[in-house]
Amino acid sequence: MKRIYLDYAATTPTHPKVVEAMQPYFSERFGNPSSIHSFGQEAKAAIEKAREKVAGLIGTRPEEIIFTSGGTEADNFALEGIAFANEKKGNHIIISSIEHHAVTECCEFLKKRGFQITCLPVNKDGLVDPEEVRKAIIDKTILVSIMHANNEIGTIEPIAEISKIVKEKGIYFHADAVQTAGHLPVNVDKLGVGLLSMSAHKLYGPKGVGALYIRKGTRMVSFLHGGGQENNRRASTENVPGIVGFGVAAELALEDVNNGESRKLIPLRDKLIKGILEKIPDSQLNGHPALRLPNNVNVSIKYVEGEAMLLNLDLEGIAASTGSACSSGSLEPSRALMAIGLSHELAHGSLRFTLGRLTTEEEIDKVLMVLPKIVEKLRAMSPLSRK
Amino acid sequence: MAAPYSEKVMDHFMHPRNVGEMENPDGVGKVGNPICGDIMEMYIKVKDNIIVDAKFKTFGCGAAIATSSMATELVKGKTIEEALKLTNKAVAEALGGLPAIKMHCSVLAEDAFKAAVNDYLIKTTGQGLPGFKPHEEPLEEHEH
Repeated sequence: MKRIYLDYAATTPTHPKVVEAMQPYFSERFGNPSSIHSFGQEAKAAIEKAREKVAGLIGTRPEEIIFTSGGTEADNFALEGIAFANEKKGNHIIISSIEHHAVTECCEFLKKRGFQITCLPVNKDGLVDPEEVRKAIIDKTILVSIMHANNEIGTIEPIAEISKIVKEKGIYFHADAVQTAGHLPVNVDKLGVGLLSMSAHKLYGPKGVGALYIRKGTRMVSFLHGGGQENNRRASTENVPGIVGFGVAAELALEDVNNGESRKLIPLRDKLIKGILEKIPDSQLNGHPALRLPNNVNVSIKYVEGEAMLLNLDLEGIAASTGSACSSGSLEPSRALMAIGLSHELAHGSLRFTLGRLTTEEEIDKVLMVLPKIVEKLRAMSPLSRK
Repeated sequence: MAAPYSEKVMDHFMHPRNVGEMENPDGVGKVGNPICGDIMEMYIKVKDNIIVDAKFKTFGCGAAIATSSMATELVKGKTIEEALKLTNKAVAEALGGLPAIKMHCSVLAEDAFKAAVNDYLIKTTGQGLPGFKPHEEPLEEHEH
């Protein structure tokens, strides 16, 4: 059976050109970039070339890019780095209620160390109101962290508007752009952010590598302590093949963003949304209908549970995801879905399809053919759908 | 996704036994709640102290549906006393095991059956199942 992958927000297949570019940096050009000899220097040069490419993706200069082990580390670094370096100035941090765990769990950690966290609500579409940010700012606020677009419901946040408010007050602003970098135009100056997180494997690069953009002049503590790598901000011998791969992936992704390739998913996305809502009674779209990632479809289907749908889809070769607690191993359903005001039942009945470069219309048609039958079968078993 | 479950679980999930409502059941058990994402209803028919039929309806994950299905299979044909010896572990074992985070589904299946017996005993003898206390609050009636 030909499998259909519709979980690109979880991870993407590494682009063959990326794999090809990485290959020599395992066994041939294996040098340690900190070494003076030619082995080291060729690895060093490769990293710097990649840094330029990643900087280019978000419209900045290479010296403002720090490579990390991924999106989570970039988020942790941004929050902890700012918090611990600016403690004397204040201990208040503002985030939204739909941030990724890499931000929220980090804030829980900071809370235990005396920081105050304000978690802003979102509206029913998942949007943060910039005025709410203004109202939440106090004298002690040192950092605002709002994601560029939500990984579950796909809503794109008004980062440029929020950053104007934050900038007026002289506060650091971090945006988690893991879902947008390489998918939407991302320019740190236009967005007005001082810190921005990225992840390579979400843009057809390898896993285990990400980056944090840190605007020049930002007061931060280092994340890892050891050697002087990454401008003394992140010790540890660099993941050279990963970084090289990230560079090439960033370059390819920028081309796609610039030539409109990444927007080509929008008609497919909308076809899937429309098809599901038409074919399945008592279903609804989650997230903003228009201010939405080009590849994100998130729906709630009443009376049925997400994992049960996923298992059935998987048996048909279709890979998707759900915000239901049952699939995550936690007892609570997705916070983003609860934050937009869904009932527990609807949050448990959520399904997320995320499209990507290899997605075809035939695949969307297959989902639209298979899913209604699955729902019908599960509804027949559900005590909630009793007539 | 198929990997986290045993073949037996997948079989009972994809081809659940005894699914559906029952006309004039002698006992009905409703357990779980939408917050945890699992809601089970079990219906039993009792004749001469023997569970002659058991059916279920479940809103929940693969494990919740499979444990409901297996629990109905295990109690059918048994006397009430025998069937009450059914533990959640026995349900899980009969399914070839469950992932640790899904064991609560088997607890729910045991509870659903006991709640059904409790309902039957109250209806027939006026007295419920001694010591019966479901692990979770019974489900409030839904609006639909």
